[in-house]
Order: sequence, then C-alpha cells, then structure tokens
Amino acid sequence: MLQVLNVKGTVNFLRHALPISILSAVLVLGSIVTLATKGINWGLDFTGGTVVELEFSKPADLNAIRTNLSSESVAGALVQNFGSSRDVLIRLPVKDDFKSEDQVNDVMAAVTQLDSAVIQKRVEFVGPQVGKELAEQGGLAVLVALICILIYVSFRFEWRLALGSVAALAHDVIVTLGVFSLLQLEFDLTVLAGLLTVVGYSLNDTIVVFDRIRENFLKLRKSLPEEVVNISITQTMSRTIITTGTTLVVVVALFLKGGTMIHGFATALLMGIFVGTFSSIYVASFLAIKLGINREHMMPVEIEKEGADQDTLMP
Amino acid sequence: MLNKYPMWKNLMVIIIISIGAFYAIPNLFGEDHAVQVVATRGAEVSASTMSTVNEVLKSKGIAVKRSELENGQLLVRVNNGEEQLLAKEAISDALGDKYTVALNLAPATPEWLEAMGGSPMKLGLDLRGGVHFLMEVDMGEAIRKMTEAKVADFRTDLRAEKIRYAGIRNGAKGIEIKFRDAETLTKAENFLKSRSNDMVFQDKTVGDDYVLVANPSEAYLKQIKEEALQQNITTLRNRVNELGVAEPVVQRQGAERIIVELPGVQDTARAKEILSATASIEFHMVDEKADVQAAMSGRVPAGSELYQRRTGGPVVLKKAVMLTGDHIQGAQPSFDEYSRPQVAINLDAKGGSIFSNVTKDNIGKPMATLFIEYKDTGEKNADGSVKMKKIEEVISVATIQARLGRNFVITGLEHAEAQNLALLLRAGALIAPVYIVEERTIGPSLGKENIDNGMQAMIWGMAVVLIFMLVYYRGFGLIANLALTANLVMVVGVMSMIPGAVLTLPGIAGMVLTVGMAVDGNVLIYERIREELRNGRSVQQAIHEGYGNAFSTIADANITTFMTALILFAVGTGAVKGFAVTLMIGIATSMFTCIVGTRSIVNAIWGGKRVKKLSI
Repeated sequence: MLQVLNVKGTVNFLRHALPISILSAVLVLGSIVTLATKGINWGLDFTGGTVVELEFSKPADLNAIRTNLSSESVAGALVQNFGSSRDVLIRLPVKDDFKSEDQVNDVMAAVTQLDSAVIQKRVEFVGPQVGKELAEQGGLAVLVALICILIYVSFRFEWRLALGSVAALAHDVIVTLGVFSLLQLEFDLTVLAGLLTVVGYSLNDTIVVFDRIRENFLKLRKSLPEEVVNISITQTMSRTIITTGTTLVVVVALFLKGGTMIHGFATALLMGIFVGTFSSIYVASFLAIKLGINREHMMPVEIEKEGADQDTLMP
Repeated sequence: MLNKYPMWKNLMVIIIISIGAFYAIPNLFGEDHAVQVVATRGAEVSASTMSTVNEVLKSKGIAVKRSELENGQLLVRVNNGEEQLLAKEAISDALGDKYTVALNLAPATPEWLEAMGGSPMKLGLDLRGGVHFLMEVDMGEAIRKMTEAKVADFRTDLRAEKIRYAGIRNGAKGIEIKFRDAETLTKAENFLKSRSNDMVFQDKTVGDDYVLVANPSEAYLKQIKEEALQQNITTLRNRVNELGVAEPVVQRQGAERIIVELPGVQDTARAKEILSATASIEFHMVDEKADVQAAMSGRVPAGSELYQRRTGGPVVLKKAVMLTGDHIQGAQPSFDEYSRPQVAINLDAKGGSIFSNVTKDNIGKPMATLFIEYKDTGEKNADGSVKMKKIEEVISVATIQARLGRNFVITGLEHAEAQNLALLLRAGALIAPVYIVEERTIGPSLGKENIDNGMQAMIWGMAVVLIFMLVYYRGFGLIANLALTANLVMVVGVMSMIPGAVLTLPGIAGMVLTVGMAVDGNVLIYERIREELRNGRSVQQAIHEGYGNAFSTIADANITTFMTALILFAVGTGAVKGFAVTLMIGIATSMFTCIVGTRSIVNAIWGGKRVKKLSI
C-alpha cells in the first residue's frame, strides 16, 4: 500500500499554531496595507474602456507601436505582450467624448503601418457604468457567499466552527487579493470567478477537518480540544495532501496550457489552493479552539443530526 | 449481508450514467456546413421554397446532404465550405431579396439522435467567435413618449368634456395643467381621475396659479419600462433576423438591459448601425398657408412646426400626425420608372383605413414623409449615459394624387438609404432608443485557439490524475478512474441536455477543475477504508464504514461549494455564469458517481464475499 504520509501516532500541528497564526496575521495585515497603498489593477471588466488584441505576423516591436499610437492621437494606451511575442494587447482608457469605434480604427491605422498582415483577434469595449456595477456586484457576491457559509456551518456544526471557517475564508480572499495587488496582476471577471472558487475549495478543506473534529469529540471522549484537533488533522492529512495535489496538478495544467484568457483565473486558484489548505488548519481550527470549542458544544446538535443521517445510510 | 446492492440500485446507476453518456454522444459528430434561408416580412419559407432551393442546387451540381424546414426557416446542409459558398450564391440569386440567405454551421447530429432530443453543447462566443453587445434602453425617452401621448389624451378629453383649461404642458415635475379657478380644477381632477387610474394627480395650487400635476403611478411606470424592454427585444430580434445570423441570442438582462450575441459576425460596424438605429417615419400634411420666411425667424403658426428637408431648405408641416410608422407592415426597396430609388410600403388594416380616410380629404395637397432617427452624439449625460440626439428630416414631399390605400411608395431617397429605411421599417421601430454599453468581438481563430487550449489543459490534468490514482490506489484507483471518466461524460451530457447551458472558456476551466476536485470524494472514502483496515476491521466492515463515514463529509463539503457556485451564477454574467453552471453540474455528477457509482462497482466485485486483502 502506497502512502504519502506514514505517521505513527499524532502529529502535534497546533504546537506551531501561535507563531504561524502570527505569520498569518502579518500576511493579512500586509495584504491590507498593499491593497490600501497600491490598490488593485482592475481589468477592463471593472474599469471600462477598450481592449484590442492583435496578432502580428512577426514579433512585434512594442516601442514602435507606442510611438505610432501616440502619433495617431490614441492617448493613454497601454501596450503589452500577451502570451507570445507576436500577440499584443492594447488597452485604451475610457474617454469622455469617446467613440469606441474611432479608437479602434485609430489603433488599427497605427499598427497596420508597422505590419500590414496584422490580425485583429479580439476587441472588447465596456462602458464605465457597467464596470462600476460589476465591481459592486462582485464584492457583494463574495460577501453574500461568506454570510451564507456562516449560516450553513453554524446550522450544521457550531457557531465557533462557523466563525473559524469564515475567518479562514476571509483570510484566503484577503491574502490572494494582496498578492494580486503586490504583483499588480490584472483583476478581471475570471479572477473573481477564481476567487469564489478558492472560497469553495478552501471551505471544502475546512469542512473535511471540522467533520473529523466533530466525530472525534464524540468518539474519543478526550477532554483537551487541542488533542482532538491534532488527531483530526493528522487523520485527514493524507487526504488533504492527495486532493490538494490532484487539484494543483489540473490547475497547473490550466495555468500552463489553458491559454492566456484564463491565466488570471488559474493564478488566483493556484495561490488560493496553497493559502486555503494552510488556513483550514492554522486559521479555522486554531480560531475555533481559541473561541473555546469543546466536547459539550458538539453534543446536542450531534445526537439529532448524526442519527438522522445514519439511518438513511444503512442499506 | 454487507455491501450488497439490490438489483434496482445497480440498474439505477447504469441507467443514469447511460442517459448522461447518450446525450453526450452528439458532441462527437462535429458540424456540417450549411446555408440558412429566412424569410423577411411578407414572404414565407415553405415546402415549395425548399423544393426550389433543392432544384437550384441540383442544377448547379451541388450535393445536398440534408435539408430541413423548421420554425419557418430552411437549413440546407452541404459537404464542405467551398460548396457552401457556391450554394449560398445560387440560393440568394434564385430567391431574390425577400429572403435572407446566410452561412451557417449546423450540428451534424444524426437524425435519429436528434429525434430523441440529442444535440451538442452550445458554444459561447469566446469559443466560436462573434460579437456580443450589451445594450441599455433609454427609459427616460420611453417615459417621455408616454407622457406626451397622455398630454394629447388629456387635451382631447378635457375639450370633449368642455372643461376649460388655461394651459397644459409636459413639465419637469410631470404633466402640468393650469386652470383659471379652483372650481374647474376640482372638476377636472375628478373627471380625469375617473378616466385614467394609472396616473397619480396632485393639486399643486400656489397663490393664483391653479395647477394640477399628473404623474404615472409606480405600477404604471414599471409597466411602461417592462413594455419598452419587451418591445425593444422583439424589435431587436427582428433586426437580428434581418442580418441573417445563425443562432443569434437576444436576451434581457435585468430591468433595462438587453444582450445581443451574434456568433460568426465580424462586420461589427454594420451590425451596430442596424441594431442601434432608432428610426421611424411619420406622415404629415404640409402647412401651405404658413409663411416659410416668417417661420424661419421664429413665427411658426400654432399647430405647425418648421422642419428641414434632407435635400436642403425649410418646410412647415402641420403638427398633427396622419400616420405613424407603427402601422407599417412591410417595406421593400425598389426603383421607379426613372430608376430612382423608392420604398414600397404596405400598411396593416387599421393603418390602411386611417390612411385612406386622410388622403381622401386631402387630394391635391402636398404630404410630407418625416424621417425620425435617434443618433448617438458621442457626448454623455451627467450620469454617464449616452446622450442621444433626435434627428428629424423631411425625406419627401409629394402631392397626393389619389386616395391611397394600404400600398404606396415613398420616393426621394438615395439608394443605400432606401435599402436601410426599408430594412428598419420592416423590422419595426424601437420604442425607445438603445445604446451600447458593452461590446466584445472575438475573432473566430481566437475561439478555436481557446477550445484547443482548454482541451489540452483538460487532457494533461486528467492524464496525470488518472495515472496517480491508479498507482496509488491500484484496484480502487481503477474504479475511481472509471467514476472520473463517467463524471466527465455526464457533465458533457447534462450540459448538452439543458437548453440554456452554454459552454464557455471559463466553463471548460470549470470542467477541468471538476476533474481535480471530483477526486476528493473518492480519496475521502478510500482513506477512510484504509484507516478502518489499519484499525483492524474486516474487509467488509471497512468498506461499509468507509463509505458510511465519508458520506456526510462529502455532502457537507460539496453543498458549501455548490452554494458559492450558485452565488456566482446569480451575480455573474456571460462567461462567469458559464463557469458556475459547469461547476454546479460537476458537483452534482461527481457526488453521484463517487458515492453511488463507485459503491456499486465495489459491491459487485468485493461485496458479500470472503475477501482477505483489498487492492487499495
């Protein structure tokens, strides 16, 4: 039998809990500071504006494009490579007196001077008011997701665990956002989808651990919550490593092979999986212990719930 | 006995997975090159059209794979892209301009499969290329139009009732009606209230000004907006059909917005022009008594208004509208005997009788055709919305020679204008102007690239996961791999079955992610079984406990993920929605395959037997 984790007895995960939670707190604070100072590099979906994706017949000279664009009076254009040296992305800000079509025409006029065989692969224009609405909706989505989870976990488990899991999720979201802000990666709609997936994934992880904690509180009759949590984490560790591993593999495949349009999505997930796995132990469980979770908290809910569940399972 | 499934449970698993697999099959067949024929107004695609088309193609030596007549449109499948172009030309030559002939790609699902409701997944624009527009309806204009009509109603009503008013206008606070004394105001208020219960009346008398203000009620306002949106969707749908696009999407989004998606369209300029143009025509009598010079210096007679001719020069028209464009049923561009462009118009029955009445009384007098169009000025209002400009031009003034009926012609246009006007009139007028707030164009090559990338990611990710599971869990790993594959097939099957589900690039990402996360259920179960075995349970006990204990964990974990997907679906648009849909389906199918599906195989192999060692 192959095994990723071969441990005898219990690993004392919580021994390092304090320094690691301090590290976590520092990460969160650092992310908040970065977010406050550098902000987020909002993508087109949120800012409004025009994006033109071009494919040149030979590696493109970005500087020449920039020079040509400014002479064509397309002000404030952001020119960057996108995927390969032949693919170029040009972002134009929203202008008050704009006509998106004119902007695109000007861009095409400028780039065809450099390469007559250039292909226009994608053009997107988003009005500023749509972008603003999306940003509000996106923030609202994350908030609603967190509240729903708080309610569900409180109902299914216990409020201390619910708070622990939501704190862990908030932690993941903030740290992932922090990295996006620090590296100034573009935050678009697919990244938002990625972020919500991170919420789902990280929660998945937390719930698995919590489920074990609840079970062990009842089965083991140990009095020290730390012990129970340590045992539970040890027992679920090999599952955590395997699932994280397989998910990571496919996300890496998406990152490498999925193409440039879902790069942001894959990046958000990649970070989220690391942070999420780690936070389910050191943020969610640790916070629940600090909130004073113990055996009695599990008892009353347990008897009804688990009993009801078990019946349906018996064949 | 432990770990034995009853027959019905095994059957259920087999049936559910087979159904999923069956509906996934159409995705294997790819697409046929096809030509689509749609009738524009006044014409009809019938069986005889079909036989004409088939004959034309036969005479040109183009082999027809299959031709179908469905929902008033004809779809002719041919063998390749080259023949498709030839066929399109031949068909449009043969049928003339009453039909729109467009190139199309039709799913090559065999007929028997199609008859059973099988169809491939619908691809989003990011996977096949095309234009996406998000349009906003100018509700201010819709409401203004309604209040304007109310002003006219009030005027006639009050006159008919012989209630004297000092003035009536469409002001900033609503419709303001002035009276000379309080008594008349009360009388008018009672009378109007009894006649229009969709308006809210307020007595705004200040000092000697006896003013009654009328505003639409909340419910009526909502109704106006709803109607404006619905009517605009219908009109846009008609116009999109005129463009001859295969499988267009015209959908409402929220209370004021409309999504239009045109797959395969690359000429965005023309698409935009036709979609956002708000044009209509009105017929007015020319005010012959008016002095044009005086009107130009501001002295326009009451009941008349000064307009500009398209060809230049002013003309004074009576304000009263003889007929509006709403009654126009058909419009075809053609040429008169001097080969000048003209538009032949035919009216509906009501329009016909109105028109014949007014023209009868005005034979020998000049009548003007007023062309009204809303254009994007490029400027913006304070709230960020686009400022629209109303352009009114007199396109023709003609003397009424005889009583006109339901059919007549408008002249005085350029050739291209005649074409466009005919198209716009046929498609119906937009009740309120719309403007584009979001526009995305995806090239077809990029769409193909996106599919290839997504597929590659899926194959690589899947391969690594399958190999790992096999090596790590051996026998049980093989079962997990079967479940994983069945899961993927079922996601595709369900996506193909649900009419509204569209596969997008993030949707493919969602599928890829499902592969990674679906493993979790199996891993949870297997790790449990291993644990039980380590704790010295018998093989049968371990399997039983393993599945039993993992169940609530899997359920809890998946329900929470499902919740986030649901929220994503609720707030997301387009591509993000696509991702949420695939994720939700993936969660449901992966729970089914890993809990019930693998159990039935495990039970069949090991259940109820004396087993010493498990391959796990």
